Amino acid sequence: MTELNNSLIHQSAAALSAKLIAREVSAVEVTQAHLDRIADVDGQVNAFLHVNAEEALAVASDVDAIRAAGGEAAAGLHDLAGVPIAVKDLIVTVGQPTTAGSKILEGWHSPYDATVIRKLRAAKMPILGKTNLDEFAMGSSTEHSAYGPTRNPWDLDRIPGGSGGGSAAAVAAFEAPLALGTDTGGSIRQPGAVTGTVGMKPTYGAVSRYGAIAMASSLDQIGPVSRTVLDSALLQEVVGGHDPYDSTSLSDPFDNLVTAARTGNVAGMKIGIIKELHGEGYQAGVENRFNESLELLREAGAEIVEVSCPNFQYALGAYYLIMPSEVSSNLAKFDGVRYGLRVLPKDGPMTIERVMGATRAAGFGDEVKRRIILGTYALSAGYYDAYYGSAQKVRTLIQRDFDAAFAQADVLISPTSPTTAFKLGEKLDDPLAMYLNDVATIPANMAGIPGLSLPGGLADEDGLPVGIQLLAPARQDARVYRVGSVLESLLEEKWGGPLLAQAPVLGSSSTIAGGSK
Amino acid sequence: MAAINREDVAHLARLAHIEMSAEELDRMAGELAVIVDAVKSVSEAAGEDVPATSHPIPLNNVFREDVVGHLLSAEQALSGAPDSDDNRFKVPAILDED
Repeated sequence: MTELNNSLIHQSAAALSAKLIAREVSAVEVTQAHLDRIADVDGQVNAFLHVNAEEALAVASDVDAIRAAGGEAAAGLHDLAGVPIAVKDLIVTVGQPTTAGSKILEGWHSPYDATVIRKLRAAKMPILGKTNLDEFAMGSSTEHSAYGPTRNPWDLDRIPGGSGGGSAAAVAAFEAPLALGTDTGGSIRQPGAVTGTVGMKPTYGAVSRYGAIAMASSLDQIGPVSRTVLDSALLQEVVGGHDPYDSTSLSDPFDNLVTAARTGNVAGMKIGIIKELHGEGYQAGVENRFNESLELLREAGAEIVEVSCPNFQYALGAYYLIMPSEVSSNLAKFDGVRYGLRVLPKDGPMTIERVMGATRAAGFGDEVKRRIILGTYALSAGYYDAYYGSAQKVRTLIQRDFDAAFAQADVLISPTSPTTAFKLGEKLDDPLAMYLNDVATIPANMAGIPGLSLPGGLADEDGLPVGIQLLAPARQDARVYRVGSVLESLLEEKWGGPLLAQAPVLGSSSTIAGGSK
Repeated sequence: MAAINREDVAHLARLAHIEMSAEELDRMAGELAVIVDAVKSVSEAAGEDVPATSHPIPLNNVFREDVVGHLLSAEQALSGAPDSDDNRFKVPAILDED
């Protein structure tokens, strides 16, 4: 790897943007550096399902031509023009396959772009490719991908989290400065936590879901994945905003996120520890790093208070009724007729019903089938009130808990995930143990509020990354960026640099920028 | 609340249009019984007076501008179909003939 490449892949998106605007480097150089990195390390990491080299370089070359020509067109370029990005393969893209990590969509090309993709194209951000995920975003480890698991860049024998393990691992392995993820119960934040990266689930409706293949429509949210808090704020401002093609899209402006990340200050703020989201069941090293972050925030002038959310004990159960119910409905469209796989029954009458049964049997993996069956059960006559109906009431109770908590605190804080990254295969045969990974992230989806995960350090017992989660009331995304950027700078000061500088070196000859030559 | 058994799973799999082998039904019934047991406390969590929430952030009467939106041509709409004929999706027999 050349020294230029090596220095470029270790930059933040904000730093790359400044270099591109100053014409110190070209967009083609930046994009090529990341494509070279992907070629170098993705054989180990398996973050990408598809690499989009030709189109990415064409977009980069277009940005360079516009900048070189100057004038109004150059002045009109978005600040992130030429900064490359990876996209979770649940988001549809023209010109690249979209698989959702499932065999049922193998080789499928969407005839339209998701709204967030149209916004990336308008900003002229080169799309490096599509990242791996648990099938239809169902999982916490990427092991449920039909295309093999992604590996954690910190330890290749461990999971990178899920479902958006591909996006998080791509960013952690310096294959992309930015990525898009989707978060239904923690799929942006938990992978961020276990890979030492930043992930943000915006307020429900702050970013259009048009073109994100739906898992559970009342919980799904697209959001940014990055290595710094500021970079996530920059990306959310690119992809966010009202969209008439998503009827759940909010018309509120979310245009103060970057300012919030740049002018962070926690003096006088009240930060609430959620009693139910730490302590018992949380790994000791996770708890230690969590307490350390609290101490730093306290020293920076924040008041730390304790709040209680007693109904969170029902959140995981309610989530595993609501989410599968919506899954069973949303995935009914994969029927072997309109797109994707069609499998014919081996014998017997060739009716559409039997073709559907054979297609879905062959096309869906175990976890998807489990959730479809569970959702069909929760919605069936005789059980609907006890299961789906009760779960919706719990959703109200969770919202009330948050309302009460936010009456006492400006933001809430917890560990993002109860443990650090576990070994590949460790929880694959125990669905319930896998579900428990999302115990701290699910409440935010149930209530539609924003949640950010940022690196909180390494656990003493295993040397693996711990995530800190910040939560704010609905529509107050700026608040988590504000507190997140303060905590990030306090922690980096303590570490003497970004956490990822401590990650093992991957690939043929890479070194951390500024490190040994 | 009744536990989920193998017959339930077989019935649900038929409703959900997923063919399952005998071995798969056995395994799925065991796994789902554990999951259903873990979530059943939810049914006792909320009193009768608690309203249901179906959507995290309530919005009412959402309309978009009455203008032509993104349209797919027949060719685009059929581009991912396993089979098509004469600008239409082609399917096997809808009804069982025998």
